[in-house]
Amino acid sequence: MAKTYNAGVKEYRETYWMPDYTPLDTDFLACFKVIPQEGVPREEAAAAVAAESSTGTWTTVWTDLLTDLDYYKGRAYAIEDVPGNDEAFYAFIAYPIDLFEEGSVVNVLTSLVGNVFGFKAVRALRLEDVRVPIAYVKTCGGPPNGIQVERDKMNKYGRPMLGCTIKPKLGLSAKNYGRAVYEVLRGGLDFAKDDENVNSQPFMRWRDRYDYVMEAIQKAEAETGEKKGSYLNVTAPTPEEMYKRAEYAKELGAPIIMHDYLTAGFTANTGLANWCRDNGMLLHIHRAMHAVIDRNPNHGIHFRVLTKMLRLSGGDHLHSGTVVGKLEGDRAATLGWIDIMRDSFIKEDRSRGIMFDQDWGSMPGVFPVASGGIHVWHMPALVSIFGDDSVLQFGGGTLGHPWGNAAGAAANRVALEACVQARNEGRELEKEGKDILTNAAKSSPELATAMETWKEIKFEFDTVDKLDVQHR
Amino acid sequence: MADMQDYKSSLADVTSRKFETFSYLPEMTDEQMRKQVEYIVSKGWNPAVEHTEPENASGSYWYMWKLPMFGETDVDRILGECDACHKAHPNNHVRLVGYDNYAQCKGTEMVVYRGNPV
Repeated sequence: MAKTYNAGVKEYRETYWMPDYTPLDTDFLACFKVIPQEGVPREEAAAAVAAESSTGTWTTVWTDLLTDLDYYKGRAYAIEDVPGNDEAFYAFIAYPIDLFEEGSVVNVLTSLVGNVFGFKAVRALRLEDVRVPIAYVKTCGGPPNGIQVERDKMNKYGRPMLGCTIKPKLGLSAKNYGRAVYEVLRGGLDFAKDDENVNSQPFMRWRDRYDYVMEAIQKAEAETGEKKGSYLNVTAPTPEEMYKRAEYAKELGAPIIMHDYLTAGFTANTGLANWCRDNGMLLHIHRAMHAVIDRNPNHGIHFRVLTKMLRLSGGDHLHSGTVVGKLEGDRAATLGWIDIMRDSFIKEDRSRGIMFDQDWGSMPGVFPVASGGIHVWHMPALVSIFGDDSVLQFGGGTLGHPWGNAAGAAANRVALEACVQARNEGRELEKEGKDILTNAAKSSPELATAMETWKEIKFEFDTVDKLDVQHR
Repeated sequence: MADMQDYKSSLADVTSRKFETFSYLPEMTDEQMRKQVEYIVSKGWNPAVEHTEPENASGSYWYMWKLPMFGETDVDRILGECDACHKAHPNNHVRLVGYDNYAQCKGTEMVVYRGNPV
């Protein structure tokens, strides 16, 4: 029977709170951590979030009746306590797949984390996790190459890959910069990396940098007999400029380029990932600005969601945090989003903050990149935590070697191979790390010197964003 | 701390050429190599042996020594094939591969006999 039109404000829960709803396999599911305003009941706050992130507005409008709102609306279908946090609760919301344009991470985020985050009925709101239905995954391009294809292209098997961000991050001339790249590659690293801040500044224009870096790659390949790459940052003020840089990198024969997906935006990133797929180019993704979005435990978007969005949008590498270095990272949570990057099916696991099963089908995986404040002493833990399908990046931990970049690179390569060898032999890396490295250093003066240089450095600040666990 | 050392590597010096995983470590002893083979077997990977003239090592395809040993779990047999390949091609690099048919990719790969550098 047709409905009649009643103008005015209705309580959200009359329409959007559906505790008996069973989500469909094709629904998008979202888990929000909600801190409601004083006096707003949980069901009403949850329903308000469902409404404001889907079809609702603050008052009833007559045009609501021209469509089948009951089909299109988001549905708050469950509420749970947040362990260890009395004022917050989890709201679980299901969205019908037709609310979102196919293959558009942009459209998904505009709804799920749009206006609702400034909505008055909630004091704070955080998108903890989403379940992307496999039907939607299939509409997205995803990583342009994926883990296996990259291994084949780069000829790297049975170990993590090694990288290094060139420092100082700003101010080097193109030719001096190329020198630093050449030195780390000839010393045994697989990749060098442009710092994310390096785009095309007056001190070093992009075209000059690309030219010198390619010369460095080619000479290091001839010298070592191994495949090498250097992430050429194509992040640019406009998409047109970005593609111009990507085309030139391809013309030079560069194997890999890089992009900052949050500051540049998902439209730019998805377009670039498509270009990479069409042009056989590997794509490294940096995540500047993520901590603005994901660090506050009560408001924003959890990094595991940003990870899922990147895997849909496309990228072959993504910075994941190191667990052991200078930057924030809870171990269990990090392990959770590393699996989200690499695996084809990830089971719900509250102990790692994963709220839903996620099926990626045949979508390729992304290499997690551990970068920031790490050095040879961290190697046993890194190999143990990240396993083979990862890129371990030592910036200061390569360039800061007292004998220079090549020696620093060799120290890292020897330490890595010694750890992989020991792991394969069944030894426990995190327990026996010191013995393993000390033994490897007997045949590598570069490693011995690195171990002497960095042995005292530790980063033991407490994590700000912890998993929600009972602490009472 | 030790005095600063030069990093010895050049186009002219053929010992600068590496061959990926484990090539920055000293050559493994027989006992160490056996453990790596045990690792490949324990992962359920299919062992295979390949070889090449050192001057042609940079290409994707080395020469296959027979076919991959599908389902082989006998470490001595696997080591025996590496050795037979080395005896037949004493100047070549010989590498052991572990094919991971689930990942559809090599799970690991390591040179087990280092040929004469050129």
